[in-house]
Amino acid sequence: MPGVMVILFPGRLRWLVIRLMAGLLTCCMAALPAFSRSPSQELSASGAEALLIKSLHEINDNRMDAALNGIERLLKTNPNFRLAHLIKGDLLLARTRSIHSLGETSGAEQQLAGLREEAQARLQRYAEQIPHEKIPRYLLQMHADQKYAVVVDTSKARLYIYQNVQGTARYVTDYYATSGKNGADKLKEGDKKTPIGVYFITAKVPREKLTDFYGSNAFPINYPNEWDKRHGRSGFGIWLHGTPSDTYSRPPRASDGCVVLTNQDLDAIATRMQVGMTPVIISSRVEWSIPGDNIALRNELARQMELWRKDWESRNIDTYLSHYSHDFSSNGENITQWSQHKRQINHSKTWIKIGISKVGMFLYPDRDDLVVVHFDQDYSSNNLVNKMKKRQYWLKEKTGGRWKIIHEDAV
Amino acid sequence: MKTTCFRRTTPSVAACIVALLLTASPLLVHADELQEVARLYKQGNFAAALEKADAYLAAKPRDAQMRFNKGLILTEQNKIADAIRVFSALSEDFPELPEPYNNLAVLHASQGQYEKAKTALEMAIRTHPSYSTAHENLGDIYAKMASQAYGKALQLDKSNTAAQTKLAMIKDLFTGKPDSTKIASARQAPEAPVRVAEKTPEKTVEKPVPEKVVATEKPKPTPEPVSAGSPDSSGEITQTLKAWAKAWSDKDVSAYLAFYASDFKAPGGSRQAWEKNRHERISKPKSIQVSVADPDIEITDATHAKVRFRQSYRSESIKSTTTKALTFVRSGERWLIQQENVR
Repeated sequence: MPGVMVILFPGRLRWLVIRLMAGLLTCCMAALPAFSRSPSQELSASGAEALLIKSLHEINDNRMDAALNGIERLLKTNPNFRLAHLIKGDLLLARTRSIHSLGETSGAEQQLAGLREEAQARLQRYAEQIPHEKIPRYLLQMHADQKYAVVVDTSKARLYIYQNVQGTARYVTDYYATSGKNGADKLKEGDKKTPIGVYFITAKVPREKLTDFYGSNAFPINYPNEWDKRHGRSGFGIWLHGTPSDTYSRPPRASDGCVVLTNQDLDAIATRMQVGMTPVIISSRVEWSIPGDNIALRNELARQMELWRKDWESRNIDTYLSHYSHDFSSNGENITQWSQHKRQINHSKTWIKIGISKVGMFLYPDRDDLVVVHFDQDYSSNNLVNKMKKRQYWLKEKTGGRWKIIHEDAV
Repeated sequence: MKTTCFRRTTPSVAACIVALLLTASPLLVHADELQEVARLYKQGNFAAALEKADAYLAAKPRDAQMRFNKGLILTEQNKIADAIRVFSALSEDFPELPEPYNNLAVLHASQGQYEKAKTALEMAIRTHPSYSTAHENLGDIYAKMASQAYGKALQLDKSNTAAQTKLAMIKDLFTGKPDSTKIASARQAPEAPVRVAEKTPEKTVEKPVPEKVVATEKPKPTPEPVSAGSPDSSGEITQTLKAWAKAWSDKDVSAYLAFYASDFKAPGGSRQAWEKNRHERISKPKSIQVSVADPDIEITDATHAKVRFRQSYRSESIKSTTTKALTFVRSGERWLIQQENVR
C-alpha cells in the first residue's frame, strides 16, 4: 500500500529567473515575437543566436527545462559557444539553489564580465528592432558594381549587411561582432581601438595563410585611410576576421581593433565581399535615416561632381581648380603642387572628354560634411585615353558651405 | 513482511528509508552468507568478501542483494568499471529498485560522467519520486555539471573535477539483518567524500518514509495510563496513538521516545543510534504535523495489540501519507510500541 508522497524541497529544485536577463527581456517581450528577417533569406543571421535568445526568452517565462533543452541543442552544434555554457551552468545550478545573476560563479571575473556583455549585446539586438524602413545614413548611394555594404556599430556589437538594389541599400541581415578592447575611434598604433570611418576591403586572406587565431577568413580594410592619415592616426592591420577554432564568439570588446565575427557568420558573407569594392563603414553608434532624407544631400553632391566634370572638360583650369580645397592633398602633393601639375597638363590639351559612371557615395560617421565618393572615370583627350576607378573625399567648407575635394586618388 | 529503517549518515537527508521485503523466504536462507559477507566487508576484508559473494552468486546468479553487495565490494576495491557493470545489470534486472541506479550514478560521477550519472539518478527518482538520496545526489550532479559548464564558459582549469563529487552511495544491503547494524559512513574512499546513505534493496521495494519511528527503553513522561486487560484496550490504544502523534507533532523528543518499549526493535539494531537519529529528525524541521486516521486495532492477547492506521506527516519539506503498523506491548499501566512498520 504505497503512501502518497510529495516532496516540496523548499529552496531546492527551485527556479529563479535570472535577474539580469529578466530586466532586459521584459523590454524585449513586445519586440521578440515579431523578429522577422529581411526578404533575402540566403544570408540569414546565425541560427545559434536565435536559439540562444529563445532560451533566454524561456528563462524569462520560467520555462527552465525548455531553456536547458535549447541550450543543450545549441551546444551540440556549437560546442565552443562559451556564453551558452555559462547559461547552461546557471540553468543547472538553478535546479539546486536560487541564482541571482548571469554566471553564478566566481573566479575569472574578466571573462565573466565579457560574457555578460555578450549576453546583453545579443539580447539588445532583439529588444530593439532593426528599423527596416530606415538605413544607416552613411549609405547615400551605392556604386553599381558594389553588391553589398557592411556597416558596423561598435557600441551595439553588431555588423549589418546591406545589399545594393539599383543604387539603394537594402537590409539583408546582421551579426554579432566583436570590436576593440578599448572601444572605438582609433588614434594610434597599439591603442586597441577600432577605427571609425568609411573603409573598403583591400584583400582577402584565405584560411591557409592565417593562424588559427583569425579563424576561417580575413578581410583587411584600408585603415588608415586618407582622412586618418591627414589627422595623424596611426596603426595598421585592421581586419574583418573570424574566431579561433576553440571559440565560437568573443566578448563585445575583446580585439586589438579588428572587427571579429563568428566563423559561421564570416563564412556566410565571405563570398559576398569584393576586394577593393565592398565598403566597411564603422560607427560607434549607427545613425539611421529614411532613404528619402538623403536625397537632398545626394543630389547636391551629384550636382557638384557634375560641375567638376564639366569644368574639367571646359579646360578652364581656374574654374576646375576651384573645386579643390586649399587643404587638398594627394599622394604627397599639396594644393599648390597639384594646381601647378594640372595647369601644366592642361596646356597640352585641345579637348577633354570625361565620363563618370557608377558613382558610390558614403557619408562619414558622425559628420554631415564629409563624403567619400568613388566612381568609374572614362577619360579621353587629344593625347590620352584612360579608364580608372577614382576615389575622392569631399568636404563641405565651414564658411560658404560649398563642397570641395580634399583628396583624390585612383584606386 | 519485514520492514527496516536505517539511519542515514547525513543529517541533511530528510527522510529515512524503509524497505519492505516482498519476498521474505529467500532471506532466511541467505541470512548466513549475507551476514558473513557483511562482516568481511565491515572488516575491510574485501577480497574474502568478494570471494564469498562470488561463490554465492555462482549458485544464485540473480540474487539482487548479493549482487548489490558485490557492487559495493568492487567499489571499495576501486574496481569502478566492474562495479558499474554490476549495478548496471542490477538496474536492468530490477528496474523498480532505485538503489542500483543511485550507486551507478555515484560511480559514473566519480568518473566525471555527469550526464550518465544524471540519467541514472533521474531513473531512480522516476521509480521513487520521493527518494531523497537520489534527489540530493542529483542536486550535486547539477551543481557539478554547472561548474563544468562554467569551466567551459570561462576556460577555467578543470583539473579538479572528479575528486570533488560528494555523492551518497547507498550501502544498506547489509542492514537487513538486525545485528549487521549500520555500515554506512564508517568506510569511505578517503579523497572522495562520499555521502553514504543506508538502505536495503534485496528483493524489496523501497519506500521512503518521512519520519520513522522505533523503540525506546523506559518511558519517562507518562502517556495515557492503561489498566491491564481492560475491556477498553482499544480505547486506550487509540488514546496512546493520539498522544504519540501529539508528542511527535510537538517535537517533544523525550515524550515521543517514551512511547517506545525497552525491547523495541530499533532499525539498524542500535537503540542508541536510532534515538540519536530520531532526535535529529524530530528537532530539525521547524514544524511537524502528524495525524492518525482509521486505526484498525487487533488485540492479540492481554498484553499485545497490533494497530494499522493511516499516518499523515507534514513538515516544511516533506508531506507524506503512509500506512503504518505498530505493535503495542502492555507495560504496567501503559501501552508501548514494540515494533513499527511502514506498509
